[in-house]
Amino acid sequence: MNTRRDVFQAIADPTRRAILLLVASQAMSAGAIAANFDTARPTVSKHLQILTECQLLQQVQTGREIFYHFNAEKMNELVYFVKQFRDMWDERFNKLEDIMKQQKPQ
Amino acid sequence: MKTIVTAENGKQDLLITREFDLPVESLFRAHVEPELIVQWMSNPYATAKLVKFEPKKHGSYHYESVDAAGNVVFNSHGVFHDVLPNTRIIRTFEMENGPFGIVLEFSEFESLGANKSKLTIHGIYESVVKRDELLKMPFREGMNMAHDKIQEIGENLK
Repeated sequence: MNTRRDVFQAIADPTRRAILLLVASQAMSAGAIAANFDTARPTVSKHLQILTECQLLQQVQTGREIFYHFNAEKMNELVYFVKQFRDMWDERFNKLEDIMKQQKPQ
Repeated sequence: MKTIVTAENGKQDLLITREFDLPVESLFRAHVEPELIVQWMSNPYATAKLVKFEPKKHGSYHYESVDAAGNVVFNSHGVFHDVLPNTRIIRTFEMENGPFGIVLEFSEFESLGANKSKLTIHGIYESVVKRDELLKMPFREGMNMAHDKIQEIGENLK
């Protein structure tokens, strides 16, 4: 079954959050990532699959191994979501300013 | 952050000020033209809809915020008491099922030159408790963190 995945689902699990922190600093193979956890290898594989489906990780074939790369751009979706609460008014007014600058004077 | 939120302890009002690099006419239009309002009130996660919008004396309005899946995230509505072009808008505001009750808002539009203007929103809440409910919302943290930082820097200068 192909379930709909999004970035929010990706960070809902503590192991997946730990994986993201690991891979954010350097691309790693599935084996190297799994070595950091006590969890069974298939469980880690499942987490990697979900993170890849959510596009927070990208698989890159390097020689015989697949390396997982962190996708910072996708992570920004989360940042944006949180930011709009923090700077609610400021965000809106910045947008207002941008929109009105593009308007022709009446 | 260009938007300044001032909330004095123990008071039931809130002051929001913001300067724009826009003529006051543009700033005002952005508040009364529906097609402009929905643009700046929307974001990638929620689209603003104006179910009803009558920016005039005794007119009323009803905003709906809808997420990507089509769910209504929140409803807000109120009544316009005065709409004076390029000068002010006085209205009430209520977020349905929100914790902060009904707010009376005085928005003043001020020209600071050909391409500069200022918006001042003075919101009056039913009680100190209701106003403080609004301040609990997470956007406030950004402000507090900034203020803490200023405090910290200031103290290091002593």
